[in-house]
Amino acid sequence: MIEFKRVNKCYGAHHVLRNITMTVARGEVVVVCGPSGSGKSTLIKCVNALEPYQDGHILVDGIDVGSNARSATRLRQRVGMVFQNFELYPHLSVIDNICLAQRVVLKRQAEEARERARRLLDRVGLKDKESAYPMNLSGGQQQRIAIARALALDPEIMLFDEPTSALDPEMINEVLDVMTALAADGMTMMVVTHEMGFARRVASRVVFMDMGEVVEDCSTDEFFGQPQSRSDRAQLFLGKILSH
Amino acid sequence: MNYQWNWGLLLKEPYAGWLLTGLGWTVALSITGWLIALPLGIAIGIARTSSSRWILRLSGFYVSMFRNIPLLLQMFVWFFVVPELLPARLGLWFKRDLPNPEFWTGVLVLAFYTSGRLAELFRAGLQAVPRGQRMAADATGMNRAQALRYIVMPQALRIILPPLTSEFLSIVKNSSLALTIGVLELTAQSRQIENFTFHGFEAFGAATAFYVLVALVLNLVMVRLQRTLALPVAV
Amino acid sequence: MPDYALIVRNASFLFDGLLLSLTLTLVGVIGGFAVGTALALVRLFTGIIGNYVVDAYVFVFRAIPLILVIFWFYFMVPLILGRPVGAWTSATVAFTLFEGAYYSEILRAGLKSVRAGQLNAALASGMSRAQALRYVILPQAFTAMIPIFLTQAIILFQDTSLVFVVSLHDFLTATTIIANRDGRLIEAYTFACLVYYLICLAATAGVEKLKRTFAR
Repeated sequence: MIEFKRVNKCYGAHHVLRNITMTVARGEVVVVCGPSGSGKSTLIKCVNALEPYQDGHILVDGIDVGSNARSATRLRQRVGMVFQNFELYPHLSVIDNICLAQRVVLKRQAEEARERARRLLDRVGLKDKESAYPMNLSGGQQQRIAIARALALDPEIMLFDEPTSALDPEMINEVLDVMTALAADGMTMMVVTHEMGFARRVASRVVFMDMGEVVEDCSTDEFFGQPQSRSDRAQLFLGKILSH
Repeated sequence: MNYQWNWGLLLKEPYAGWLLTGLGWTVALSITGWLIALPLGIAIGIARTSSSRWILRLSGFYVSMFRNIPLLLQMFVWFFVVPELLPARLGLWFKRDLPNPEFWTGVLVLAFYTSGRLAELFRAGLQAVPRGQRMAADATGMNRAQALRYIVMPQALRIILPPLTSEFLSIVKNSSLALTIGVLELTAQSRQIENFTFHGFEAFGAATAFYVLVALVLNLVMVRLQRTLALPVAV
Repeated sequence: MPDYALIVRNASFLFDGLLLSLTLTLVGVIGGFAVGTALALVRLFTGIIGNYVVDAYVFVFRAIPLILVIFWFYFMVPLILGRPVGAWTSATVAFTLFEGAYYSEILRAGLKSVRAGQLNAALASGMSRAQALRYVILPQAFTAMIPIFLTQAIILFQDTSLVFVVSLHDFLTATTIIANRDGRLIEAYTFACLVYYLICLAATAGVEKLKRTFAR
């Protein structure tokens, strides 16, 4: 569903992505991990054209992401994204947050949009919060609503950019549970995260990035089951992250 | 549009001399006013963070007075009204014996007006320094004055450096109001030239060029100051 | 002996002056807002050159004194129109263009104050830039900007006193006229101070209240 072919990106002199080549197949859950500055957040933002790239190709369901602005806008209707800082719209109520793109982008009728919104809120366990405003909700609740908001457009792929990194520990699980259920329903997911427990349980593949390159790209079993056969950098990272 | 251009006008006497004199008065007004306003503003600004309700109220009233009355009106009050209210001998000295009374009045008006604005600026800067800094200073046994001098004020100054330079530019611009009480500063001189020669573009253009130059130089000075004062940042 | 009856005798003259000050403020606010918005749009939708032009405009208007601006337009407007115009016309042009520079900066700061992530989130759900601006960015920017706009309007109200230099009869000029005519400087100026003080104090308090309502 997503193909990266020798993708390169530079921020001025800084070579942020180096020859990234990998694929995410339909129904797969791919976890992308690595130390800060490895380029993983930048990479995921290239998939829905929020970040431009200079060289190589990214194809989503066969469509080249970099081709033009209009195709990018249409592509984004099929690819949902969840951000580290939730980015709910503070001036709109929860239900309006979920309905806005439905009405404005998909041109759905207000009633239909609200119905779908309510069903999604139920699915993430926040049915009673429809009239609340984001600033009155906890981080975990806001992120679950952000997931519902992304799902409202019926995307085929869901992108997660460090969805739990800004959450207090006790709220991480409620979000991971929603993501786990989503994966079980067969959604194609690309997740940038440090949550190795989640990766182990839910991911089909793990991609390890360091300094802009894909260092490891293998199945979850291989990644966690045979750590010695992984590269030095990957072992170092795993060592640091698993021992706390 | 019928207009005869004559830029050479600006280089001829007496007009060139007028412009330079005007510039001189503008600079004198601005710098003298600033030298008085700055310490006054810092003092009132510190008062605005006081824990004493009376000091807070008094300094608040001071700021609000200079802030809610137009600068031009303040100029007239100081020039026409205050000398009348002074004790007889002081008033007489002010009106008769003081050289350049218009200049000094202008300086005082600018100084007090700007001190009000600087006070609010310093208050904001002092309050922007994280409370933990003051607590850390207290914990090592420093008294309030020491904490202010060594820890809080240096940080506050860095925070308000951009608006501070902007206030200096303001005082330069506000010096033009002194023309209403008879100080022949830059703007007044340019109007004078326009009155005499009808060459407004050249006259006002010259004044505009000077003010823009001052603004540009101030920008550069601010960037330079910020760089010199900048605290090393973790990469 | 202070003679405050002076004020009563000249009440209607002073009141007309106050009306002129307020009208000039209103014109400056509305016109300035229009010019500021136009400048902001130029910034948003043109490339580097457009931005530099707007930057230059804003820089110059913010670098020179308002009195100089008033003199400029008092001199320039009749020249451009080819016929004499009154102080009122040239003053309104001067104030509109002057305020426009300040309002455009307020708009720019307001738009910048909205978190970058909000734009990303809106775009990520397939909205066009225009839709993102309209539904997500602008509503948030306006709530931030309105108190600052109003404060700028209060500053403008005080600045209208500068039309003294072109003998337009605003409140301050009217005050100076009756002060000199009747020789009663102290009473006249004290009264003017009181009026300005009360109006600006009340207006500022109103803005503070508005700010508190917005922070719901």
